[in-house]
Amino acid sequence: MFLQNPKSQTNYDVIVVGSGAGGGMAAYQLAVAGLKVLVLEAGRSYDPVRETPMFKLPREAPLRGGGTRDKPFGFYDATVDGGWEVPGEPYTNAPGTDFRWWRSRMLGGRTNHWGRISLRMGPYDFKPKTRDGLGADWPLTYEELAPYYDKTEMLIGVYGGDDDLENTPRSSPGALMPAPAPRATELLTRKACTPLGIPVIPAHLAIMTERQDAATLPRKLHPGNRLAQRVLAESMRSRQACFWATPCGWGCSIKANFQSTTVLLPPALATGNCDIVPDAMVREVTVDKQGRATGVSYIDRRTRTDRHVMGKVVVLAASACETARILLNSKSSTFPNGVSNGSGLVGKYLMDTVGAGISGQIPALENCPPHNTDGASGMHMYMPWWLYKEQLAGQLGFARGYHVEFGGGRGMPGPGIFGGLEAYTQGAYGKRYKEEARRYYGSFMFFDGRGEMIPNEDCYCELDPDVVDQWGIPVLRFHWKWSDHETKQAAHMVKTFSEVIQAMGGTVVGNRVETDGARAIARGGQIIHEVGTCRMGTDPATSVLNEWCQSWEVKNLFVTDGAPFVSNADKNPTLSILALAWRTCDRLVEELKRGNL
Amino acid sequence: MSSDGIDRRDALKLIAAAGGLTAAASSAEAQNPAPAQATPPARTLPLAGPRGTPTDPDLLRPRADWPRKLSAGELATLAVLCDTIIPADAKSPGAAAAGVPAYINEYVSAPYDGQMRDLIRVRGGLAWLNVESGKRFGKPFARLSAAERAQICDDICYLPKAKPEFQAAARFFDLVRDLTAVGFYTTEAGMKDLQYVGNVALPRFDGPPPAVLKHLGLA
Repeated sequence: MFLQNPKSQTNYDVIVVGSGAGGGMAAYQLAVAGLKVLVLEAGRSYDPVRETPMFKLPREAPLRGGGTRDKPFGFYDATVDGGWEVPGEPYTNAPGTDFRWWRSRMLGGRTNHWGRISLRMGPYDFKPKTRDGLGADWPLTYEELAPYYDKTEMLIGVYGGDDDLENTPRSSPGALMPAPAPRATELLTRKACTPLGIPVIPAHLAIMTERQDAATLPRKLHPGNRLAQRVLAESMRSRQACFWATPCGWGCSIKANFQSTTVLLPPALATGNCDIVPDAMVREVTVDKQGRATGVSYIDRRTRTDRHVMGKVVVLAASACETARILLNSKSSTFPNGVSNGSGLVGKYLMDTVGAGISGQIPALENCPPHNTDGASGMHMYMPWWLYKEQLAGQLGFARGYHVEFGGGRGMPGPGIFGGLEAYTQGAYGKRYKEEARRYYGSFMFFDGRGEMIPNEDCYCELDPDVVDQWGIPVLRFHWKWSDHETKQAAHMVKTFSEVIQAMGGTVVGNRVETDGARAIARGGQIIHEVGTCRMGTDPATSVLNEWCQSWEVKNLFVTDGAPFVSNADKNPTLSILALAWRTCDRLVEELKRGNL
Repeated sequence: MSSDGIDRRDALKLIAAAGGLTAAASSAEAQNPAPAQATPPARTLPLAGPRGTPTDPDLLRPRADWPRKLSAGELATLAVLCDTIIPADAKSPGAAAAGVPAYINEYVSAPYDGQMRDLIRVRGGLAWLNVESGKRFGKPFARLSAAERAQICDDICYLPKAKPEFQAAARFFDLVRDLTAVGFYTTEAGMKDLQYVGNVALPRFDGPPPAVLKHLGLA
């Protein structure tokens, strides 16, 4: 991957901090619009084409590829210098809080290993307070973002179905690629769920089931922009369709799934308008006496030297928490509480996704004839939330919904295989063990709920006055408290999954379902969907950013990661980050042209 | 795709850009004074590719190069236990022939908290096995007959039914059984035994074949 253009540029129109979903989209959209862009990435350069361990086997890796403190999601996981801990870059928790903050330090950020689940927020999700009186409304509607969802899906490549269910919108014709055929486990689950009234429909994942139409899509996405059409067509022609093997979480050297490093940064660089500096750990946004952003200061991690770059506009996309950290650390006489923090809300209303899950053993799946279940590595089908009416009528005891991610089957044997088989075989060993292993292989399934959390006053991050990281930058301290809405939702999840498992004729692994939601629920941050530290809104007193994700106080400062989120629907946030970032960039370009920045 | 030429080109571009950035820094110093820029140290981190640290290993050339901790004697006992758990049969070899003891040694020797705890359980368990074999049959575990080995293993193979005096040994046995399964079923022979048929590039994904649909009552 080309990291820099040959010509060095010293006067940038826009400095983009971060190169993941939000930063990658900003780099691409601004560069194809003809602006000179500098992207600063805290982590190292990373090239999925050269570095992805395609087809590598567990037995070739240390500990058969199992997770460790150094590589929490397994040896081959794409994450570089990351996980729940980043070397030399701690964070702290207030007493009583056990928040987990997943970061990575690499070009493309977390888009390299993410789950690729790309569900749109629906009409209810933008106006949750109007619907049930809780949380806050977004300053935009689903209809306003829908065209950007369509365009984002066409740009990155997303498979999905054409179901049109309540608050689970259908994409415009031509926006999605065909969903892959369901696996045996998915068909079996659908059969059991239909009588329970639970829909099981094609999932939407940012994985290409066919090649993109490089002849027509670029013109559709960038009408009248020859530069954009050229670089996008070139990028689309370099991407292959999924060949149904090797996990997406390791990255993809054939560019079949969405990673910022394979889909957004290469065409951005190809414009000749974009430079990327890796190993650039941003410390603060610098401002002039008029309170306008002048650029950013960063530490070059390779030389441990402090540097400053200037730009007409600054875009923060460092991830919700890191963006808040940069703003809070940007203190000056003009902004004593940090840049864009006149409302005192930077770091506030931090949200994650509610997570809870159980596994089941399904006798019907025992001794299944051998067949390949790898598929797109992620799920082909899922269950969208289905109890909107009961919920609105107050019958559930919690206010917001969840969707269900599930799977299982005859996956590649790896760490953990047959862990717990003792309980199913009364302690088999010897030749009987091998027979039992053949019988039980592929008969276990997992069901995970992913639910909406309502923002609350007790969940936020702030600067820890006592701790700095190895770059001398004050670190974040987290505060976290679930409300009853989340814990009751988690209890509903596991109860529902146990009913599904029973309907499939199976039994819950461990033979016990946790009825206490506070115990069933994952820790804050553990689902890695942190959003909402710089929420957007219509009133500078109650929001950090306006309806265009532009700082109320610093007109030439924008945010394109998950920080502007006002709520955190059950839909995984990346697709919405991308769509919102595109919309923000369109506004940024217009405002720059009008001379308003 | 790995070409030194590309690396060098990247490097040159980065160096060029660094010059540009230094110029930007100097023009910004008036309003944002920063410490004087030192020349970069002669030896710095590489510009591209993995840096070879535990959190950034080379994924294409994996290494598990921590020192191994089990002794030759412990490994000999372990090999017999692994083969007792997963013996050779008509379909596949036994665990020892598949290299499982070396995997378990790699595992319990790893520099992580969980593995360091498991090392104690495995070592203690192996020692217990030999003591128990000596008490019951007057010889070490590796020299027991299959029937003698089964007498001991039957007492420790199922935690819920193990007598109080065998609880610790049963936990050891279950740990080694789980490790043996991982070690064995991740080998080529083990994957073949389970008839795992994935990890191959396909032109299209068709979903389950008719025999599977029939098996599941979905046909």
